[in-house]
Amino acid sequence: MNFDLSKKTLREVNQHLQNVDRKKNTRKFEIINPQGQHAICAGLKDDIDVTIKGHTGYYCAGMNQKATVTVHGNVGTGVAENMMSGKIIVKGNASQSAGATGHGGALIIEGDASSRCGISMKGIDIIVKGSVGHMSAFMAQKGNLVIMGDADADLGDSIYEAKIFVKGKVKSLGADCIEKKMDKKNIDELNKLFQNLDIKEDPKKFKRYGSSRNLYNFKIDNVSAY
Amino acid sequence: MCGIVGIYLKTKKYEKHLGKFLSGMLDGMATRGPDSAGFAIYTKENKNIFKYSICLNELKEKDFKKKISKFIKKIKITNYADHIILETNEKPSKILSLLRKEIPEVSLVGYGKSINIFKQTGNPKDVVKKFKLSSFSGTHGIGHTRMATESAITTQGSHPYSTSEDECLVHNGSLSNHNNVRRSLIKDGQNFNSENDTEVAAGYISNQISKGKDLERTLKNSLKDLDGFYTFIAGTKDGFALLRDEIACKPAVVAETKDYVAVASEFQAMAHLPNVNSAKIFEPKPGVVYHW
Repeated sequence: MNFDLSKKTLREVNQHLQNVDRKKNTRKFEIINPQGQHAICAGLKDDIDVTIKGHTGYYCAGMNQKATVTVHGNVGTGVAENMMSGKIIVKGNASQSAGATGHGGALIIEGDASSRCGISMKGIDIIVKGSVGHMSAFMAQKGNLVIMGDADADLGDSIYEAKIFVKGKVKSLGADCIEKKMDKKNIDELNKLFQNLDIKEDPKKFKRYGSSRNLYNFKIDNVSAY
Repeated sequence: MCGIVGIYLKTKKYEKHLGKFLSGMLDGMATRGPDSAGFAIYTKENKNIFKYSICLNELKEKDFKKKISKFIKKIKITNYADHIILETNEKPSKILSLLRKEIPEVSLVGYGKSINIFKQTGNPKDVVKKFKLSSFSGTHGIGHTRMATESAITTQGSHPYSTSEDECLVHNGSLSNHNNVRRSLIKDGQNFNSENDTEVAAGYISNQISKGKDLERTLKNSLKDLDGFYTFIAGTKDGFALLRDEIACKPAVVAETKDYVAVASEFQAMAHLPNVNSAKIFEPKPGVVYHW
């Protein structure tokens, strides 16, 4: 089933996609002429497959549950923000805060992602085949941020328990983020992630970064300040 | 909020359509700034002629003509709603002081050999129609849709700000140290007409350029001297430059094809441009000066 966003309103299209009858067999949809509109495919909650042909605006496929959304183009700020499950594939570049606060599912960006990719992520897996901008994985709590290219300044600033894997160069690490040992368990985990998402990569080529957990508790050395 | 847009033509192919492209871009950014709008459109310079973009405010065009004719004989006036473009070979030093002393009821919006600049309160969709932006041709242009924060919704508070010949600036964001910077620039001889933070940034750029620094160097220095958050597009007669502050919380997206480079706060402002779906689209990096 096809939707043309130059003819139908975004609200009509989103409402249709958010309320697909669970018993219906029509589960594949295509959206053309997205024209950079915001919140396309936001709030999908069923196992459907949507292809978007063109560039989208902010919050594309935000809050997604179960659906698979493929964007043949670039996406604006906050693609897949607060995603719960499902899969979002971006064929082009992503603007800032991609996958922000995502709880689950997978976000695959085939181009570059801009600043603050995976900010405050809470369990989502984000795979960026290009590079990421500065302050990516800022305050990231859970999940995996896998970067095939390079990471710009302050990667993983104030990170909690999310894991960052980088194949390229890291310009600098943010506060409390350190390089960690890539042991067999991590290699197996990353391998499994690649297999699940049908990605051909050698996990051994990646370095791992995470929290040194120094910001978790009050530092008793500073008690004299009070 | 606020929306900013810019388009630079790399080839002559679309020169006749520049106004139409820019008009569509401002339309697309009306949602980010419904208070007021403005734009600067650059055309090929005529070596001996200066163009003065003037907002007449309450003054009638024929009264303005009568007044200015007392001082200068060879003039051409083209009217666009409450703005006019005054063309003459008289130098800016003479015209600027003439306007200030003899016709203070009008406001000079900008001047130069290449720039045409218009700004007014109202929804951008109406503002572009009022000034017939679609009818303009040119080489490059920048524009702004405003959601006022730092100062009142007035023509003076609208962008672009032009503080020197053929230079202008649009800004999305806000500056926190503009009062301090304004004070030190005033001491250095710069004039200001509003309380607006962006006018300070425009004055800062003009001030640095008048001291012989190039636009790129000037914008790099602004990262150190201007405190706040911003995406700037600064226009000159040769093109424009783009800069985002180092935190980069204000958006910007660039689309480049073999014929043009377009910049906007959001992609939806450029969705109408030719071949944009096959353009190279990227988000400019924080703290990096791009220029075309």
